[in-house]
Formats: sequence, structure tokens, C-alpha cells
Amino acid sequence: MKPMHCMRAAALVAAAAAVAALVSPAAAQIKIGSTLAQTGGASFLGDPEAKTLKMLVDEQNAKGGVIGQQIELVMYDDGADPNKARTFATRLVEDDEVTAVIAGSTTGATMAMIPVFEEAQIPFISLAGAVVIIDPVKTWVFKTPHTDAMACAKIFEDMQARGIAKVGMISGTGGFGKSMRGQCLKLAPQYGVEIVADETYGPKDADMTPQLTKIAATAGLQAVLNPGFGQGPAIVTRNFRQLGIKVPLYESHGVASKSYIKLAGEAANGVRLPAAALLIADKLPDSDPQKPVVVGYRDAYEKATGDPVSTFGGHAYDAFHMLIGAIERAGSTDPAAIRDQIEQTKGFMGTAGEVNMSPTDHLGLNLSAFRMLEIKDGDWTIVK
Amino acid sequence: MSELLQFLLSGLTVGAVYALVALGFTIIYNASGVVNFAQGEFVMIGGMTTVFLFDAGVPLFAAAVVAIIVTMLVGLALEKLAVEPTRGEASVVTLIIITIGASIFLRGVAQVVFDKQIHRFPSFSGDEPIVIGGATILPQSLWVIGGAAAIFAGLYFFFSRSLLGKAVLATANNRLAAKLVGINTIFVMAFSFAMSAAIGAIAGVLVTPITLTSYDAGIALALKGFAAAMLGGMGSPLGALVGGLLMGQIEAMTAGYISSEYKDAAAFIVILAVLFVMPRGIFGRRTIDRV
Repeated sequence: MKPMHCMRAAALVAAAAAVAALVSPAAAQIKIGSTLAQTGGASFLGDPEAKTLKMLVDEQNAKGGVIGQQIELVMYDDGADPNKARTFATRLVEDDEVTAVIAGSTTGATMAMIPVFEEAQIPFISLAGAVVIIDPVKTWVFKTPHTDAMACAKIFEDMQARGIAKVGMISGTGGFGKSMRGQCLKLAPQYGVEIVADETYGPKDADMTPQLTKIAATAGLQAVLNPGFGQGPAIVTRNFRQLGIKVPLYESHGVASKSYIKLAGEAANGVRLPAAALLIADKLPDSDPQKPVVVGYRDAYEKATGDPVSTFGGHAYDAFHMLIGAIERAGSTDPAAIRDQIEQTKGFMGTAGEVNMSPTDHLGLNLSAFRMLEIKDGDWTIVK
Repeated sequence: MSELLQFLLSGLTVGAVYALVALGFTIIYNASGVVNFAQGEFVMIGGMTTVFLFDAGVPLFAAAVVAIIVTMLVGLALEKLAVEPTRGEASVVTLIIITIGASIFLRGVAQVVFDKQIHRFPSFSGDEPIVIGGATILPQSLWVIGGAAAIFAGLYFFFSRSLLGKAVLATANNRLAAKLVGINTIFVMAFSFAMSAAIGAIAGVLVTPITLTSYDAGIALALKGFAAAMLGGMGSPLGALVGGLLMGQIEAMTAGYISSEYKDAAAFIVILAVLFVMPRGIFGRRTIDRV
């Protein structure tokens, strides 16, 4: 061989040897996959969720990991785009070969990913709201947040107690608003509530006064319900006060964050909404079994990130701890065994409430975990 | 009756927002034939900068002025770094694509410099609604309408009465000829971007108390503003004003009388109808090509 060829061949062999030497057998690691809406319009969901997961993984690894193995968190950012979410889901399964997945900040992204995880038989805990995620029950899919159906039920329960029978609805046309609107229309008759007006608005609309004027003009109106999240409810609330509509306004748990109060300003006072106990952690009586969990998470989160705690981050907290509990009970990294143990979660006290899963219930929460809150003087108060 | 009045006032509020954004497209279009798709980002930068300065403790008026200056500098930078290097030889389509790229870039930078949350600052004159014949309108809406009217008046006199305005129009018409008669076309382009950025920033400052703002607020506003400008005639200040107000009214009336689901569709159907009949928009310039 010519000298040049010799040298090139030698260089290649040396490089291959170096790479082979660098590649050490992987340390025993459990890979947990995640894709969340860290940027984009749903980032107020995905950003606290991602920060929570990272914080908890670091915390768990410092304690020695789970079943003696360190946890590796593989995290992607889908920006709530269902197409991207599906691409990342495929990547998690095929390239990263994860053992379990905690993902899906929004319903749209979750629904796109479900077929991927069902086919790959990887347990998937979703952090999104709509009831269709777990109803009908899918073998490998679980979720931690309250469903929109439960939000409707909680709100109608409160309305029934106040003697409200005729309700006008104004919903956002995004995935969550649309889904919750459908659930509320379905559940209303069970609580003696008649929906007398049904308007919608787009997620980027700046003014909802025409829709609200129509609703306010409906005969016999006793309350208004606004399913949706993002900037829409804040603008609806402002418009509501601008038009001087006197009947009570109910929002969904999609606005359960301080930024809603900040954006809606004084108009938010008097608004009622169902929310997880995390928002009123300090106001809970000491005897409340949820108090230690929510106060503990809130303090840890605010210390680690410097941001105020968010109920959406709490969903990630619940998902992570339930997954760790399942892995510990399963004693192995076999996805099927982990799935079985997630399904057998009983008596787990999370930020959303007490979770009791079963083969027919992959959410495990009941209505008592939701609290009805009213906004007074720019802060949350519990409605007795 | 008061319902119709409320729809009218709602349409006026939204329409004024669209008109303000639409007015921002006129100068750059009149200087170069380019539709600046980064215009929405100028509105967003104006609003977001004001929010962050105000939250840091700067008085609202000073924050707004600084925001407008910052946005003007961004517009100037866009022109100097992305448009000027083409040295007047790029086609209009190329320049439009450059502005689209710039808008994506500015959105990305905004996510990093600001944050991804939704923001607002207080209305200038409070939130106590003004009651007119049973219907209400917010004081901030009057600010937006007033701002749109003032900017319209300024642009109208600029293009029809001032020498610089005529120089701007000449540059778009025939750049070489404009240079030959002594117009500094480089200055005209830089000026047009800076002024469009300023108008966008003023729009951002005025509408944020109503529409709220976030790093991606520019997209929806630019789309509606662009549609309004096309409806009224791209490049005509009167067209931008009328186009915006008309779109606002169509949306409000559709939401009020037909169904809120169709309000966006109704506005765009009207735009398509107008463009089929009058492709240059209502007040658009008739372009004559010499053969």
C-alpha cells in the first residue's frame, strides 16, 4: 500500500479504538421520557411542569435514585403542537428507548401521542385536562389532572346550592375550552341546570363584548360560565365588568393561576372557579390531609425556581411520585410491570387530591379533591 | 337598540386596533412595495418593552416613550442589516421573505429577552366604562381610536404635503430615477423602517391594555392588520383606517347577530369579495404600467 493509504488506515483504526475505549458500559439507569409545552401559547402549563420534573428527578437521584438506579430524564419541547408531540413520542420510544413517559401538557398533544405509546406498550401518564384521555380507558394511558367533566360537575354543584338554574356559556374554541363546553352541555341536566346561551370566541380575540351582550340579553339569565384558558378568560372577565353584568361569573380551573388575577384586575373579584388545593395551601386547616403535601411541594418549587407555584406543576409532581411508587412496588424496569403497579395506586395523596386508581379508572380522583374558590381582593378564598 | 349600539362600539374598539396595526404597513409599502410581515413584531416589541419597564418601576409614559425608541432602533437595525445589503436589487418577493424571516427571529429573541407569559399594563385613564345610550365603551378604546386618527392624519399630510413624503413615494416608484433627482434613497429606506416601527410601537402601547400582549401577540395582529390594509388598499392611510374599522364592524355584527363561531370567517369572506371586485382594495392606488 502507498504510504498515504497506510497513514489513513492507521488513523481510522486509532480513532475507532479511541471511540471504543470511550464507550463504557452504560451505568444502570432508568430512562423516563417527557415532552411538554415548554414554549408557545401553553407554556404556562409546560414550563412549571418541566421545571417540576427536573427538580424532582434531581431530588430523587440525590436520594439514590429508584430501586438502586439513577433516573435519566429525556425531555423535549413540543410547544403544544400535536404533530411535534407525536414526533417526539416516536423518538422517545424508538431512539431513547424510555421505560415510562410523563408528558402531554395539552389535550391535543396527548391525544396525538396515545397511539404511539399504546402500540409500544410504554406506560404514559398525561398532564392534560380533557376526560377523553381516560374515558374510554386505554390500557397504557393514565392522567393526573382533574378532568374538565369534573370541573363542570363541581361548578354545577355550586350553582345548584345557590339556586341557579339558567346559565349562559361563553367558551374558547381551543381544545380545552371546546372539550369542557361539550362536557358541561352533557352534564347540565343532571344538576337541574339549563344552558340558555352558548357563545364562543377565538383564542387570540381581543374583545368579547358582542358575545357577552347577547348572553346578558337572554331572558332569565342567572349565571355565566366561561370554559377556556390563556388570555381569553382574562378578557372575558374584563368585558364582563365593563358591560356591568350583575350575575355571577364562573371560570374553569384553566385560569387557576395568579397571572389570571393580575390580567383581569379588579374585574376578577367575585369570580368563582374550581381549583386544586395547591392554590390555597396556606389557608387549608392543619387537619387537612392534603396540607403537608401541597405546602411541601410549594416550598420546594419556589425555592428551586424562584417562581410562584402553579397547579399545573402540581400535576407533574403527582405523576412523578406515582410513577416512582409504581417502580418501587414493581421492583423492576419492565414497562408492563410498572403499568400494572400504576393501575394499583391506592391512597396516594397528591397535590390534586387522594388518588385511587383501578382498571376502569385511570385518573383516580373524586370531586372532593377539587375545591370551589372565590376571588376576593385579588386573592383566592375557599367557598364554604 | 342598546344592543346594536353595543355591537357598534365593540366593533369600533376592535376595528381601531386593526386600523392602528394596518397603518403601520403603509410607509414601508409606499417606500419599496414591500409588505413588512415583521410589522406585528414591532407592535409586540412596543407593548412588551413598555410592560417590562413599567413592571420595573418606570412611570408609564416614560416607559412608553422608551419602548417606542427601542422599537425604532429595532426597525432601523432590521433595515440596515437585512434590507440594505440587498442594495435595491432584490425583488419585492425576496424582501418580503426577508421580513418574514425577521419576524420569526424577533419572536424568538423576544421569548428569551422577555418571557413567555401574557402581560398587561394599566389603562391610561382607568377602566371605568363610559356609558353611551345604554352601551359601554372603555376609555382605553377612545385612546386607541384617537391614536389611529392622529396617526392617519399625520401620514396623510406626510404623503400629500411634505417633500420627504413625496420622496418616499418616488423611491418606490422608480429607485434609479429617484436617485437621479437627488433623493437619498438609503436614507428614505432607513427612515421608512424606523417610522413604521414607531407606528407599530405606538399601536402596541395603546392596544395592550385591551388586547393583552405576549411574545407571540404579533402574529394574530399582523394577520388581521394586513387583511385590513389589503381591504382598504395597501399603502393608503385612509384605506388602512377604513379597512380596519370595517373589519372590526363586520366581526362585531357577525358575532352579535349571526354567531360568534363565524365572525372571523365573515370578515375574511368580505375581504375576498372585495378583492375579487377591486383587487387593489377600496382606496388602493391604481397602478399603471407603461408598455
